[in-house]
Amino acid sequence: MTNLFNYIDRPSPVHRLTGATKFVCLMLWSFAAMSTYDTRMLAALVIGSMIIFKVGRIKIKDVSFMLGFTAVFLVINSIMIFVFSPRHGTEIYGTCTFLWGMSGRYALTAEQLFYHLNYLLKYLSTIPIVLLFVCTTNPSEFASSLNKIGIKYSVSYAVALALRYIPDIQKQYHEISQAGQARGIEMTKKASFTGRIKAAAGILIPLIMSSMERIDIISNAMELRGFGKGKKRTWYMGRPFKVQDILAMAGCGLLVALAAYLAYVNGGRYYNPFI
Amino acid sequence: MDRKILLKFDGFGFKYNAQSEPTLYDINLTLRRGERILIAGPSGCGKSTLVHCINGLIPFSYKGEMSGSLTLKGRETKDMSIFDISHIVGTVLQDSDAQFVGMTVAEDIAFALENDCIADPMLHDRVKEVASMVGIDDHMRHAPDELSGGQKQRVSVAGVLVDDVDILIFDEPLANLDPATGKQAMDLIDRMQQETGATVIIVEHRLEDVLHRPVDRIVLMNKGRIVADSTPDELLSSDELNKCGVREPLYITALKYAGVSITPDKHPSSLGRMVIDDADARKVTDWYHMNTRAVKEGTREELLKAEGVVFTYPGTERKALDGISVSVGRGEMTAIVGTNGAGKSTFSKVICGFEKTDEGIITLSGEDLASLSIKERAERIGYVMQNPNQMISKVWIKDEVAMGLRTRGVPEDKIEERVEKALKICGLWKMRKWPISALSFGQKKRVTIAAILVLDPEIIILDEPTAGQDYRHYTEIMEFLTELNRKGITVLMITHDMHLMLEYADRAIVFSRGHVIADDKCYNILTDKKIIKEASLKETSLYDLALKCGIEDGTDFVKHFIDHERETVRVEQSMEEVYD
Repeated sequence: MTNLFNYIDRPSPVHRLTGATKFVCLMLWSFAAMSTYDTRMLAALVIGSMIIFKVGRIKIKDVSFMLGFTAVFLVINSIMIFVFSPRHGTEIYGTCTFLWGMSGRYALTAEQLFYHLNYLLKYLSTIPIVLLFVCTTNPSEFASSLNKIGIKYSVSYAVALALRYIPDIQKQYHEISQAGQARGIEMTKKASFTGRIKAAAGILIPLIMSSMERIDIISNAMELRGFGKGKKRTWYMGRPFKVQDILAMAGCGLLVALAAYLAYVNGGRYYNPFI
Repeated sequence: MDRKILLKFDGFGFKYNAQSEPTLYDINLTLRRGERILIAGPSGCGKSTLVHCINGLIPFSYKGEMSGSLTLKGRETKDMSIFDISHIVGTVLQDSDAQFVGMTVAEDIAFALENDCIADPMLHDRVKEVASMVGIDDHMRHAPDELSGGQKQRVSVAGVLVDDVDILIFDEPLANLDPATGKQAMDLIDRMQQETGATVIIVEHRLEDVLHRPVDRIVLMNKGRIVADSTPDELLSSDELNKCGVREPLYITALKYAGVSITPDKHPSSLGRMVIDDADARKVTDWYHMNTRAVKEGTREELLKAEGVVFTYPGTERKALDGISVSVGRGEMTAIVGTNGAGKSTFSKVICGFEKTDEGIITLSGEDLASLSIKERAERIGYVMQNPNQMISKVWIKDEVAMGLRTRGVPEDKIEERVEKALKICGLWKMRKWPISALSFGQKKRVTIAAILVLDPEIIILDEPTAGQDYRHYTEIMEFLTELNRKGITVLMITHDMHLMLEYADRAIVFSRGHVIADDKCYNILTDKKIIKEASLKETSLYDLALKCGIEDGTDFVKHFIDHERETVRVEQSMEEVYD
């Protein structure tokens, strides 16, 4: 079943961390990687993320679809940066070293290439961590994690409910669209653009109507079982923090501190080898 | 009988804010600890409203005016919160799929405890205990879509029992289950009642299936009032059920046809315990021998034919259809039966072209369907979904019915003519200018059928045409389909309602695990023990009645009963309608 989370249950030290820990670590790690442009630190983060990915026992083929998707996104993004701002590197690093004797607006400069390298490293250091989070966090535990780090339980539970009902809605959409097609709603490329918009409405209205019916039942079912009674609730899938959780979060906290320190030493977010 | 009073309605009435007339009038009802009662009545009689008053959804979710008094354990419910009530009353809703709020079985069972802030290790221990009580402890980590309907219901029951409630309410527990699973559900309810000592309230209109296990009282409701509150034996001996349009058990109907008088001392509530003396048995035998007529078998023209159809859902291993070969004749009314996951819905999807077969051929009037698109097939094969809300996309009845023609570019004057015809056939002509939102469920169903008929298909396939309908609406829909069938439209119904197949289908095709395991007259199938077991059906009580009366050929007795119903009773009914 397709789902936002692609939980893969293989015992590993990463799996043993609580969802809350993983969520906090993901945030801290990404913050560190996104804030700094220090190439040395980024390189270290890339190596670190690859090692942790390996520790998490997730295989490349488990995540090949998401990897491919981000790769395409990364390439497009890089091209766009170069097209719209070919001298971005020069602006940042303050020098302009043309390569291979080229000149003109779209001539390659060492600074631009270096900027792109840093950009690539940022991606490479975060993607494995994001994938790891998605693949090693049990979605039911995730809701309890959100609650643990201070988000209201009604909001956290809404996340869990969405995950619970997404497959149902997908299935329903599929059925409704089939019945719609039978009555002549054209969903293929044969139809014109406005035709397809109309067709989508023909499927969405029954989908919304039948979902509303369901929401009514679900909210009754939840109230009848005491949801919303107290200010707090416990979680069946919740797990208490252990030593490794504290260590992991502390480690990621240090990374953010390191990024801040480097910014201070470098006199800015960028590490500049050109001066 | 000096058990403690748990619940008491005293001159209670209720009116929804959105309605001008009250829904409940002058309700007086007392429930004691450990009692089991069945609340029955036609749709709209107020039984759901009554249940909502007990579990607190009224007035907390549905607003309205209450009069009189309703006390739970001596306290007025008006002075309690829905959460106070939830500790006393547990409700298992009809739709156990929508009620499943957790991601897995264990979490769903834990839900009420979580909301009560119960911490570990109590939380895990209690969940485990209750799960093993209902027999679902082997599936703790399963997601809802990995469970069967019966298993989901077990989870719902566990999710309510976990709270140690005094009153258990089951809202139409049999509605979404196949007959054999329904029987197990009644066994489960019975066992849970005995183990916990709780009071059980079952709301259901399938009387015969509920009475598989004994109940203390039946509360019969009609038009917002309680019209009977008596033991099952007394109620079945009276004429109240027929007056309210609630179906009595089939064996009672058969006994009445035979002229046997039903009295409480004969224990009519359970065929097994019922006293049928020699005189009564003779009446039944005489009735059976009275007029056994020969069946006229007309010539049969093959319409739809499937040969060796194999289909596997993408990404799965198991063949959902594994070599299906069936044939449906023109003008037939056929039922496809079997458990959830047996392949019956998949088969209809394959016929309609929603899914492509891996192997095998499907032909309609001899023409291979493989090259036709969904849209092209739909002009010849109509498909009506179970829930009409999943099909309706327009505001006005007329537009909804015309949609299939408009998307096919039929000229407007032609559309007008064909829509009119379809609306008239479906008895919707008077309502043609109404918005669909003003219609009842059954009327919406008719709109979806009209929207399919307007394309003039040769065959229509209906998925559970009567699901969730009371006896009156059930009869209404089925008589309507029979009428269509008489006009020459071939009807294929997917169902697990045994009454439906027995009374309305000429023939049943039984699916089990992707195979066709039987294809025969319904009375042969419902009296064949092997098929009944494999397809999770239930033997009809008529068969047992025949045996009890010393009639050897039980199958033929069932057939006789159906012929009698079709030829005499239904004619009378349709005459009544004319003069109504």
